[in-house]
Amino acid sequence: MNDGVNGVALGVFIFFFLAVTVIGFLAARWRKAENEHSLDEWGLGGRSFGTWVTWFLLGGDLYTAYTFVAVPAAIYAAGASGFFAVPYTILVYPLVFTFLPRLWSVSHRHGYVTTSDFVRGRFGSKGLSLAVAVTGILATMPYIALQLVGIQAVLDVMGVGGGENTNWFVKDLPLLIAFGVLAAYTYSSGLRAPALIAFVKDALIYIVIAVAIIYIPIKLGGFDDIFASAGEKFAKAGAGGVIPAAGGQWTYATLALGSALALFMYPHSITATLSSRSREVIRRNTTILPLYSLMLGLLALLGFMAIADGITVKNGQLAIPQLFENMFPDWFAGVAFAAIGIGALVPAAIMSIAAANLFTRNIYKDFIKPDATPKQEAQVSKLVSLLVKVGALVFVLTMDKTVAINFQLLGGIWILQTFPALVGGLFTRWFHRWALLAGWAVGMVYGTLAAYGVASPTQAHFGGSSDDIPGIGEIGYIGLTAFVLNAVVTVVLTFVLRAAKAPEGVDETTADDYTVDVGAPGVEPELPPATAGTSH
Amino acid sequence: MSDAPEVGRGVVTPLRVVIGLCLVAPFVAMLWVGSYDRTDPAFIGLPFFYWYQMLWVLISTVLTVTAYKLWQFDQRGRASRDASAASAASSGPSGSSKGGAAE
Repeated sequence: MNDGVNGVALGVFIFFFLAVTVIGFLAARWRKAENEHSLDEWGLGGRSFGTWVTWFLLGGDLYTAYTFVAVPAAIYAAGASGFFAVPYTILVYPLVFTFLPRLWSVSHRHGYVTTSDFVRGRFGSKGLSLAVAVTGILATMPYIALQLVGIQAVLDVMGVGGGENTNWFVKDLPLLIAFGVLAAYTYSSGLRAPALIAFVKDALIYIVIAVAIIYIPIKLGGFDDIFASAGEKFAKAGAGGVIPAAGGQWTYATLALGSALALFMYPHSITATLSSRSREVIRRNTTILPLYSLMLGLLALLGFMAIADGITVKNGQLAIPQLFENMFPDWFAGVAFAAIGIGALVPAAIMSIAAANLFTRNIYKDFIKPDATPKQEAQVSKLVSLLVKVGALVFVLTMDKTVAINFQLLGGIWILQTFPALVGGLFTRWFHRWALLAGWAVGMVYGTLAAYGVASPTQAHFGGSSDDIPGIGEIGYIGLTAFVLNAVVTVVLTFVLRAAKAPEGVDETTADDYTVDVGAPGVEPELPPATAGTSH
Repeated sequence: MSDAPEVGRGVVTPLRVVIGLCLVAPFVAMLWVGSYDRTDPAFIGLPFFYWYQMLWVLISTVLTVTAYKLWQFDQRGRASRDASAASAASSGPSGSSKGGAAE
């Protein structure tokens, strides 16, 4: 793909990137609160977001490099099995509808900013809270890595860097620059930057999707032709297909279900949810957000269009950017690349902030420096958000980038293991805290080992996210298998520990806390900035 | 201290069953891959596999909206019941102030 630098596209791309960077820095002044140095203020934007901003923030989580690059690339490489992303996003909303309003209520009554806060309050267990925090931070890194891969793919196709002949520094320089911009504006303005930029990003994305979905199929002769040539390619390759093979149904279903259960465990999803103004807003959002899934489905089909266009790339992630460059005039290719690039940048920022919040609240303050001032907290958060991005960079540089969707699925394997503690805790106090911790440990160890054992043609370990489901004999998503194992261990040990009358820990929440909405006594729609300092 | 189940909230009414069904239906439809794992009938050139799942985006949206509206209706009914109960037992939930202090 390195037929020289595409100057026009690059110019347009840089223009939008600069514009976004400026907006990011200006955002620091937007609705500036009294005390910007407190963690609540920097990390949750003061939690004063209403329906629309929350909608854009949640959309920012969904429209990422995952949507634009990884999913179409998976379809480009393997065909129908990559389409699991559509049922995945369909299943997300009933789940959100069911449990996130409860999390909103209890968080706003008790001042919880993270899932770990909640787990500690609910189960009176610092160990469990630590486990949830560590998992959240760990699982976020590969997800951010996926975003960086997306930006890299775009730059590669534009002829900036990339190529195998240069040394690693020249090759990765654009990636490092993008990383620097991300780090700088997140550092200076917290969640406000991504929220405001999300508007720009979504506008760009909608334009690009509309054009791509209408223009490209027409140019390629309609879906009949597109699927005919895709079918030919898969038949010739002897792998993949335009519908999943009979043996692939379990994989398809478990990937969809596992990903759906995982999405709203991620720290950044929780951050966005807690930013909304009321629990009502969350439920209302679930009724409009599915529109995103429709777009995702249409974008996924771009993978087939890349095949029909005759694109042959070794690195599947380049297929869609390459398709855009082939199909669009240079200037519009630049717009499309900017949409992908910024679309990767925003969620990466949101994710790293959320992971940083987790560290500060639940590791730094709980275990290292309990008497930290709000200013110290905010400083640590900013530093950690940087470190999380560096961690993501390590994932990008060391793991196989050709199947980027695996980054996200690997994160999913880990984050799913916090499901019993979090969602279980939202509905019942029956689970024992030690049982939850044991279940978590079993799930983490099994999931990591199983993923480690999966080889792909290009790498010996962590080559995929699906493996045999023990006892069923089908191939399924490792994350879901690990989760089931986790749940079984938790339930069995809870019976044992309850029989042994093991100490339960103090539950500081009441049944009523889970259903209150804004306006009820003790519920803060916007927590005062000083809240970050209330613990000392 | 709050081990007690949510008294009065766990009651199963026909309305809540319908809400539950609206939320469960997408899981049944999407996880039963065998029901849509085929190419025919195609629609504007799209194999059945693809347009069927995208159709379900719309169906699940309608179902979620239905669940939301029914849930609102259910809440209004509960609110009026709670209001009459609250006037009888005047002291509200004590969890809020206590929870805040525990933080």
